[in-house]
Amino acid sequence: MSDARSEILSRVRDALGAAAPTPARIPRAYRPAGEHAAGSDEVLDLLVDRLEDYRAHVHRVTAAGLPGLLADLLGGTPGRVSGRVPGAAPARGARSAVVVPPGLDPAWLAGLADVDVRADTRDAPLAATELDEVGAVVTAARVAVAETGTIVLDGEPDQGRRAISLVPDVHVCVVRTSQVVQTVPEAVRLLDAHPERPLTWISGPSATSDIELDRVEGVHGPRTLHVVLVR
Amino acid sequence: MSTFLGMPAARGGSAPDAAAPDTLAGVGRPDDPLHWGASFPDAARTALANQQLRRNLGNATSTIRAKRARVVGEVPDWEELRDAGSALKADVLARLPELLEQLERNVTARGGVVHWARDAAEANRIVADLVRAKGTDEVVKVKSMATQEIGLNEALAEDGIAAVETDLAELIVQLADDMPSHILVPAIHRNRTEIRDIFLERMGDAPPDLTDVPRELAMAARAHLRRKFLSAKVAISGANFAVADTGTLAVVESEGNGRMCLTLPETLITVMGIEKLVPTFDDLEVFLQLLPRSSTGERMNPYTSMWTGVTPGDGPQEFHLVLLDNGRTTVLADEAGRSALHCIRCSACLNVCPVYERVGGHAYGSVYPGPIGAILTPQLTGEKSDLPYASTLCGACYEVCPVKIDIPSILVELRAREVELGGAAPDTSDRVWQAAMKAASFAMADGDRFRRAARVPRVLRAISRHGVIRRLPFPGSLWTRSRDLPEPPRQTFHDWWERRARQARQEDER
Ligand code: SF4
Repeated sequence: MSDARSEILSRVRDALGAAAPTPARIPRAYRPAGEHAAGSDEVLDLLVDRLEDYRAHVHRVTAAGLPGLLADLLGGTPGRVSGRVPGAAPARGARSAVVVPPGLDPAWLAGLADVDVRADTRDAPLAATELDEVGAVVTAARVAVAETGTIVLDGEPDQGRRAISLVPDVHVCVVRTSQVVQTVPEAVRLLDAHPERPLTWISGPSATSDIELDRVEGVHGPRTLHVVLVR
Repeated sequence: MSTFLGMPAARGGSAPDAAAPDTLAGVGRPDDPLHWGASFPDAARTALANQQLRRNLGNATSTIRAKRARVVGEVPDWEELRDAGSALKADVLARLPELLEQLERNVTARGGVVHWARDAAEANRIVADLVRAKGTDEVVKVKSMATQEIGLNEALAEDGIAAVETDLAELIVQLADDMPSHILVPAIHRNRTEIRDIFLERMGDAPPDLTDVPRELAMAARAHLRRKFLSAKVAISGANFAVADTGTLAVVESEGNGRMCLTLPETLITVMGIEKLVPTFDDLEVFLQLLPRSSTGERMNPYTSMWTGVTPGDGPQEFHLVLLDNGRTTVLADEAGRSALHCIRCSACLNVCPVYERVGGHAYGSVYPGPIGAILTPQLTGEKSDLPYASTLCGACYEVCPVKIDIPSILVELRAREVELGGAAPDTSDRVWQAAMKAASFAMADGDRFRRAARVPRVLRAISRHGVIRRLPFPGSLWTRSRDLPEPPRQTFHDWWERRARQARQEDER
């Protein structure tokens, strides 16, 4: 074929003219980092403030308190998954099940003996319809950005496939306080070690501003987001 | 109500064509998404007579302006980010051939397939062939301006493929057989009650007791689309950014419909304009700060997805990237206007525009409305156009643009060119400009909002430097008639506007 690729590239070259392109100097006077250290109290308080502003539920615990908190959030009987959306379908049996990625620290789940916990792996993934029957997901995170109230998942074994943190209606995301940075550039510089990983940036539960530009939480993604900050 | 400028607008809804009742039915789907509908003055007159539309637009744009101002105000280095964003986009254009080739190499190395499309027809054919090869007749779509621009849904429909829009506002537009009227919120011209009525009448599975509470409307959309997401084989998306040095693509969204489309189906097809590149992964740190605050007025949008080719065992196992020209190289060839390609489609310029706020997106007759649409539409099509006159040149768009596109200067440049080419007939451009001024007079009367707009002197300096014209084309001619160009006048547009308003009022009183 008189191929589109060469034609477009030659159109681009023609459009730019003869001048040899020289890489421009980009003015980067913006802040490469915040004034507070990762994991500092200031940064943590800021993250909590931003997350709550977007109606995420924030919990702060010690490592020892984590299994108990997860048991509280996810434990036991159907319908106990907290943060259930009013008006949402009543819990069916399977909806009390919890999906986890393969590399999640098993100690975190010590309090969930009574709960149907299903592991999802890249080799043996749950189908989307199966995930739809699961009530909640627990993942770790790669990094969090305080100023924007953002958590980033990078698909590593403690975070899992993108689908598991998307289809279940409740996402419990465990973030170590040392993973919380102040600004977006700090997070990007950390993620650029592995840009090939599938990244999901999450800032609050799913939401829409499409009706009169008012933000409404809870559309297709998880309608409830719990962020657990572990010291 | 002031009769500003002595131009009493038909604001009372008493104009003859104001009688049309509010209707659910949209404007229909045009053959050419970049050129449809009535002429700007006629469309503007109809829009100004539609009280419901004006209320919807007024509410929505004032809400979003306030939100944007608040979250931009809390960023101490906003201007530095704008400088970086603007320079990065200029760099991308200067090095476009090498960066496109780099992107292609990196996407291919990670298991993606790159296609090139010279125009809309070629892009549509590539996508239709890919979908057919998958043996499916339904695809789910993430909102994308590029696919709106090429009329992809209509092209797929001709091939017997149903494209389901999954973004809430796009769904509303699709159900109502309407056209988008805003880059970011395509159904901005609809209020909650109209949306409820559209859902009840056309969704098929909306709960009969659906109210107009936004949360309930969102839940109805969730239920309606759930099964489609879980069973879709092919998804089609656009892209906000493509990183040349890694092959990473990024989609910025809110609802999670984007994640559903980008994650669950086996095959993903992404259609992207060739200008959407950023040079390096780290450059995302600039745009991920500029875009959400400028568009939805949030510190960060709920979800941003980034993927690089195919990730074995996670997400679509087949990925196609369609790189689209469709007029972009023509824009690039125009040195004075090429910065329109910097646009990251945030829509901030629409939300602050005193003309857009009153006439709405449909009056522009293009999927790209508002200030950016008034330059980009004629630039992309290369057709003669009156749209460059559909602006007051107040400069508010430039003030908010996160990548510092000097829209007023490009508008004047395009006007000058039309004049030189013997393009728009003087009386036509006159009519368009009068329509724009009339529409804007309402918002401009709110002096504080436009106090800082002082763009025209800058525009004039640009023009006299180019030596293109000795006198501004209309309406600048009104303003500059008594002046000796090329010396840049000291009077700002705002001062000039104020004086004209005062004179008009005095004349009214007499
Ligand atoms: S021209 Fe600037 S303000 Fe307007 S949509 Fe594009 S980036 Fe946003």
